[in-house]
Amino acid sequence: MIGSFRQSMTWLHTWAGLVVCWILYFMFVTGTVGYFYTEIDRWMQPDRPVAMDASFSEAVAVGRAHLEREGAGADRWFINPPRGREIPHLRTFWQKPAAEDGGDIQRGNDELDMRTGETVPESVRETGGGQTLYRMHYILHYLNRDIAYRLVGILTLIMFIGMVTGIVVHKKIFKDFFTFRFAKGQRSWLDMHNLFSVTSLPFQLMITYSGLIFMVTTWMPLVAIGSYNFDTEKAAEVISEATGEVSIEAAGVPAELVAFEPVIARAEQAWGDDSLMRMEVRHPGDANARIIVYRKENASRVPARMVFDGVSGEVLDGRTDYVSTPIVVAATFLGLHEGLFAGPVLRWLYFLSGLLGTAMIATGAIYWTAKRRNKNPDEPEGRGFRFVECLNIGTVVGLPIGIAAYFLANRLLPLGMENRAEWEVHVMFIVWGLTLLYPVLRSRVEAWREQAWLAAAAFAAIPVVNVLTTDNAHLLVTLPAGDWVLAGFDLTAIAAAVLFVVAALLIGRYRPRSHQSVEAAAERGDATAQSSAVA
Amino acid sequence: MAASAKHITNWHVTSRVVAAAIPAFILANTASVLLALLLPGAKIGSVATAILLSFGLWTAIIMWVFTVKRLRTVWVGLISSIIVTAGAAALLLWLETNA
Repeated sequence: MIGSFRQSMTWLHTWAGLVVCWILYFMFVTGTVGYFYTEIDRWMQPDRPVAMDASFSEAVAVGRAHLEREGAGADRWFINPPRGREIPHLRTFWQKPAAEDGGDIQRGNDELDMRTGETVPESVRETGGGQTLYRMHYILHYLNRDIAYRLVGILTLIMFIGMVTGIVVHKKIFKDFFTFRFAKGQRSWLDMHNLFSVTSLPFQLMITYSGLIFMVTTWMPLVAIGSYNFDTEKAAEVISEATGEVSIEAAGVPAELVAFEPVIARAEQAWGDDSLMRMEVRHPGDANARIIVYRKENASRVPARMVFDGVSGEVLDGRTDYVSTPIVVAATFLGLHEGLFAGPVLRWLYFLSGLLGTAMIATGAIYWTAKRRNKNPDEPEGRGFRFVECLNIGTVVGLPIGIAAYFLANRLLPLGMENRAEWEVHVMFIVWGLTLLYPVLRSRVEAWREQAWLAAAAFAAIPVVNVLTTDNAHLLVTLPAGDWVLAGFDLTAIAAAVLFVVAALLIGRYRPRSHQSVEAAAERGDATAQSSAVA
Repeated sequence: MAASAKHITNWHVTSRVVAAAIPAFILANTASVLLALLLPGAKIGSVATAILLSFGLWTAIIMWVFTVKRLRTVWVGLISSIIVTAGAAALLLWLETNA
């Protein structure tokens, strides 16, 4: 568009990035925090019983007894035995079809105590938990889900364009890796942006492209439908078969559901001990009942499964591989995005990579203002410029303050409050909104510094408030007890507070350069100041 | 209509944003369908591959839209590519059902 290919790509990188950077920052922050959503869930409801381990066969027996009571007449049962951090308690789900004379589909979702078979009591703190925070990175909030998916798909595409154009623009990717010019204004922001992007590039490419694959059904349904000559039913059928969907109608003839033990034994014979993940029953109590057993997978999001006749217990489909390699590739991409398979070390690496992506976006946004300020140091700041600057300050530091407020709200909102879980989220967005307005009233440096202090205070308050509002979920108890999930949360909050203190102190030392000093530096022949002054 | 760094008009930007959003999206779809029909092997595999690549294709087309100097080239290029890819895909689909 302008000049050479690289100039055009620089233009696209700059403007595509600028337009969406704040909402991408929001997606990266909430998504990164989301790698610990079950740990956050636990911190937000510390009075709920902790995870219980159970063997697969014990767990499905408890689940079956519960479903036979609660889910009689359902056409689908799911039994999800406890599985480490991801599924702390046995989960059951049933779904009844809508009655023929109208009415809605009925569903029941329960978490069961393995010892008693009863549902696990809800926390006294009604909360959205880590799940709500995590889901914001792909459904945002306060938006209709379909609209949110469309929006997030486009944002992810722009993110991907930003990354590809960023790579194209970047001539000296290897050399710059070892270059860092500290405290040189504009140049330092660019160096930081490069450093964060280049060090985490493989992760950022993976997370963005796999994010797009999640959006395939929203944005690209026509590729599949068109390839099957616009026969929507045929396309849906072929795809669900390839991803291992089982479709079967009820016979309408009652028949007793076979015992689970032989089914489990047969599946474990094929896949090995301790290899089963979850179980599904179609049309329990019907002659056409099916039992589907899913295998634990590493990265892949679509697990291998075996299908059994629910009356005779015979294996109907023992196929453990997929029809097509590209579908395994897609499933692996999706699994990598979610990282459910990651152990503690890899999970922290995911978290750090997410933080690097967050920092990449933040430094890119700040670089935009630093570059323009350097270009015209004496010109009064235009309205657009001020707008970008306020959004930068209010988002980069303001959103973390909002998230700290979300956690504090969990501890401080009255326990019996109506819609308490929703109010936790309202508090988060109200606080973020205020931090977006605050920079309007202050000068740039003041706003950065004061909000950094506020963020430090908000995160430091978390472990303190926790001591005051819980009996045994705070550091004085969790550290001696070695409860690293709860203690880890408070320690992470302290680490975040320390980080913001350092940021606030650094900002406090900053003195904006006046035009004179740039000129003086240029006269002295300071090459960097000169080049940035003319850039 | 070549624009220099000094005067990228609003019109240039708006027109390209619209091109990136609508015809580029349509072309990503028609080209992906054509790819699915042309790739060898089991059809479900070809379709899945084309779906996986469709967003990459869209990205590449958008980058092209913002690289080309003349606006006319952008629009003529996109529309003629849509006609060619959609036509070829339609022909292949017709052969598939009637052969």
